Amino acid sequence: MWELVRANQRRAATLVVVMAALLFAVGYAAGEALRPGAGLGGLFVAFVVWVVLSLVSYYSGDSIFLSLAGAHKIAKSDNPTLYNVVEEMCIASGISRVPDIYVIDDAAPNAFATGRDPQHASVAVTAGLLETLNREELQGVIAHELGHVANRDVLYMMMVGVMLGAIVLLADVGTRVMFYGGGRRRTSSREGGQGQAVILILAVVLMILAPLIAQLVYLAVSRRREYLADACSALYTRYPEGLASALEKISHSTAKLASASRATAPMYIVNPLGATAKGLAELSSTHPPTSERIRILRSMGGGAGYRQYDEAFRKVTGRPVGVVPATSLQQAAPAAVAAPAAPDARARFERVRQTTDMLWRLNQYAFIACACGTTLKVPPAYVGKEIACPHCGAKHVVPAATGAPPQAAAS
Amino acid sequence: MIAMLVLLAVIVVVGLWVMGLYNGLVGSRNEVKNSWSQIDVQLKRRHDLIPNLVEAVKGYMGHERGTLEAVTKARQQAVDLSSASAEDRAKVENALSQTLRSLFAVAEAYPDLKANQNFLALQEELTATENKISFARQYYNDAVLRLNNRIQMFPSSIIAGAFNFQMEQFFQVDAPEDRQVPQVKF
Repeated sequence: MWELVRANQRRAATLVVVMAALLFAVGYAAGEALRPGAGLGGLFVAFVVWVVLSLVSYYSGDSIFLSLAGAHKIAKSDNPTLYNVVEEMCIASGISRVPDIYVIDDAAPNAFATGRDPQHASVAVTAGLLETLNREELQGVIAHELGHVANRDVLYMMMVGVMLGAIVLLADVGTRVMFYGGGRRRTSSREGGQGQAVILILAVVLMILAPLIAQLVYLAVSRRREYLADACSALYTRYPEGLASALEKISHSTAKLASASRATAPMYIVNPLGATAKGLAELSSTHPPTSERIRILRSMGGGAGYRQYDEAFRKVTGRPVGVVPATSLQQAAPAAVAAPAAPDARARFERVRQTTDMLWRLNQYAFIACACGTTLKVPPAYVGKEIACPHCGAKHVVPAATGAPPQAAAS
Repeated sequence: MIAMLVLLAVIVVVGLWVMGLYNGLVGSRNEVKNSWSQIDVQLKRRHDLIPNLVEAVKGYMGHERGTLEAVTKARQQAVDLSSASAEDRAKVENALSQTLRSLFAVAEAYPDLKANQNFLALQEELTATENKISFARQYYNDAVLRLNNRIQMFPSSIIAGAFNFQMEQFFQVDAPEDRQVPQVKF
């Protein structure tokens, strides 16, 4: 397993270097465009922008992201099943710290993981996901998210994302400066001659192309990481069908995730903004087509290891090169599909009730068990007042809610 | 002088290489130990949960005395053998899993019991513990496979022999329904 992490780190390091080179080239070009000879100054500005953005995203990227998504932290008592599934998958993946668990109050089924390393990881799932999926499917989704955590995907996507942002920003500033400040600059540097003009044209081309190239690289990496996390999920659960059927249910859902935007979309297990396209449009997509991911998982032929995933990937997509790094394929232990240890007996209505109860608790509702068998769920405005049970008429004094206080992603 | 330097360089390179192999072996061995302690934690957790479960269902399942006694007895055996070898423990713990499965199967016939919050919470905890045991076992077996491969494969086999690294045992599955799926044997 650790071999895959190391292979990922090597690839990620290469990627970061390429993106950094692109970023500094854009910085230099923007500087040259502003005033001939100011390329080094532009380089410096690019460096400062990059360092500041990286530091912010490294130290508070996860909490910014969780609060953007409207996620609330939950404790074990709020949803024991979800909590247990996360613990189970931590054991299966060998991650020593159980991530913080967040819930998003939204009917669209989806999930994401965030945090720079396994010691600072969080996973978030929507209420819709908890209602829709049974235990095996939930395991598949959580294992996919923990695959991202174990592979340090979040950190690298964040670093690459930050560079992409910096490149777009600098190129934008550079082209604006050239467009509006161009006349004045040209008059003052007429003696620059042929060489200046060539540099200027190169700078323009670079500033137009760099954001596009950076974006395509970013998206390709994002898609690849999704496949790899799927492979991890199959390996951890030894049950690819769990994730396959979860993906099927998620993609069949018509609900749209309200808190997702284009900036946050790459983080989710399935693109929350709608279906992923095939063909040329696929290049501009953050996620591989879900139907393809499902077909790969279902073509693993009784195996659950990286090797089987890689073979299934090549068979389904028709691409000659697989998705799992060769070094981890060599080390991959054979893994057979195992039946789930304890199949889920809960009916859908039980899951829905468990989830809605959790949301009531998160909203500070008090729960009163009446002697007649009814459970009263009372809004926080009624604390300390006396109310009557609507079924048997017994009087109850409303206690303060015992649930965890609503917490807007403060970690 | 140059010959000396070349010799020194060769010695340093070989030394580093041996060190890498040795550290890899130690890493694998620690991983096996660590994942075994993870299984241990979950097995203990199950032992602790079972008395509560038996207490919770006693009132509802008076007619199923045999099933309850089988669970209690299997648990006692597992507790008694909790410091035995991996192989012996696997045997008694698998027997305990069997009795628990039949207990939950029987519980399906008691609607009152299935509506009891306490029972449902215990059932969730035991289901999760059961899963955790099986995932911890999966991780342990993978770790054992990695260690054993390193011990047997050239060139790390030389180092393993010199420093007396021992092969570890797998934690075998004994449940009939787990046998139905194709298993890779070594």
